[in-house]
Amino acid sequence: MNAIAIRAGFLTSIQDLGRTGFRQFGVSLGGALDSFALRVANLLAGGDESAAGLEISFGGLQLRFADERIVAWCGGGFDVRIGSTSLPAGHRALARAGDELKFNHAQSGCRCWLAISGGIDVPFVLGSRATDLRANFGGFNGRALRDGDELPLGELRPSPAFATFGRGKQTAATERISPWSAPKPWSQTASSAPMLRFVRGADWNRFNASTLQRFTSESFAVSSDSDRMGVRLAGPELQRTDDVDLVSEAVAPGTIQVPPGGQPILLLGDCQTIGGYPKIAHVVTVDLGIAAQLRPEDTVRFQEISLPDAHRLLFEREQELERFRIGLSLQNK
Amino acid sequence: MEITPLGDSALIVRVRDRFEDAPQETLSEVLRTFRRLQNADIPGVIELAPSYTTVAIFFDPLQVAKAGAKPNQAFDWLAERVRAAVAVIGDRGRPRTLPVRVIQIPVCYDSEFAFDLDHVAEHAHVSSREVVDLHSAAEYRVSCVGFVPGFPFLSGLPKKLATPRRATPRKEIPAGSVAIGGAQTGIYPMRSPGGWNVIGRTPLRLFDPENDPPALLRVGDRVQFHSITREEFEVLMQ
Repeated sequence: MNAIAIRAGFLTSIQDLGRTGFRQFGVSLGGALDSFALRVANLLAGGDESAAGLEISFGGLQLRFADERIVAWCGGGFDVRIGSTSLPAGHRALARAGDELKFNHAQSGCRCWLAISGGIDVPFVLGSRATDLRANFGGFNGRALRDGDELPLGELRPSPAFATFGRGKQTAATERISPWSAPKPWSQTASSAPMLRFVRGADWNRFNASTLQRFTSESFAVSSDSDRMGVRLAGPELQRTDDVDLVSEAVAPGTIQVPPGGQPILLLGDCQTIGGYPKIAHVVTVDLGIAAQLRPEDTVRFQEISLPDAHRLLFEREQELERFRIGLSLQNK
Repeated sequence: MEITPLGDSALIVRVRDRFEDAPQETLSEVLRTFRRLQNADIPGVIELAPSYTTVAIFFDPLQVAKAGAKPNQAFDWLAERVRAAVAVIGDRGRPRTLPVRVIQIPVCYDSEFAFDLDHVAEHAHVSSREVVDLHSAAEYRVSCVGFVPGFPFLSGLPKKLATPRRATPRKEIPAGSVAIGGAQTGIYPMRSPGGWNVIGRTPLRLFDPENDPPALLRVGDRVQFHSITREEFEVLMQ
């Protein structure tokens, strides 16, 4: 069965956890810019954590279901309605045949991830269902959704997640939304005062102490020419102390590179695989979700942590997710 | 050799600081390192990506911990295994490097495709004909694939032909365009913006996501261009 994108919104694309194994051929990781948010949404929808969902930027999506599905979303501060009922982030909801799910504009942040039970069943290309919007392959014919597109949904296996909603098809609209939700820091990821933690980059020492001090103490404004490749920032000018010609080498989502103009670029999931600008720092994995919510006119600050701390945060989050998974499976019984 | 973190989920193995001083030796060393790391199959490693002077290793810190690293020592644990893998002698009977492939690329240098051929000729103080002869007589090696999927950065461009990138990049360069950027030459696999000087076009498809591997060229390949006519281009396009 399909779901129809009556309105596709500003920029909605099919994404999963990304495409690995082909970086040596220049293929970006891509996938959901906040893959953790998609994993949580997928768990809520009762599906496989790595299932393909929708990444919705700046809202505007209106989706109609042809059969009964469980849905959930995580991300920015969007106003989402199922029919006329509000569906907050991190809750599980039952969408019935004919129901419409609508994503209005975001009060804060700019992206969210929608999971649908059964997943979006587009073909795997190079091992992933993610849309590569720059190279135009994967996802829905290699492009963002357009009005009227019909999304193929995966076969619905009997899922214990349906137990949340009892048997009655006649339940009131509000009863089709779970009273409980995922932890807020996972489901509502936009921050009013975003602070990104980072570890030092290989070229950290090419900047002098006062420049580094400004990098960590002052705020940077998000500029309007930001996209899935990266967030361009405007703030104190970061000038290197040397002019050594750097050889291009790998970059990754989270890398903060500094072009000659001195205004840094924070790379996101669709970034190129290599870069030749100095890498001053790397935003840690657990904060990439906050980075994915940065929108023009936001200001952001940076805070240094150690590499062992970055790893510790990642392990702790994974342990919490494991507890959440167990809690959900009890909930499903 | 130097191993540095690239954030919390990747690291870079740098075999040399500079590339231009000795491109061939550097590339061989990078490929040998790449091959040894592939063979080592280090737990938690997701993928490897060689380019110019480095091999990048992307890893999952959670898997590294599952394999036995203390959570706060994932990087040191990996770095130790990387050093051991690269230092291995004899490669346990496996070939030291991948056999080097030689790939022939037909190029139509027709003025219709070669937007900047005259500019490159002027810059080199030679005729357009000589640019074509020089470009198609040299042997190149792929030192990196990136920028867009399947874009090969080729070293070995005759010094005379080195031409700075255009001050204002073109908004759109057609797929298959063969171009010169600084001391390198390369091929645009898909229509994209770009600042290199376009001197011809190949009918070959450099990147096809339906293929595995998806790119025609990989790091280490030797590449030769040969000049074809407009008619031959049309035939090969079909």
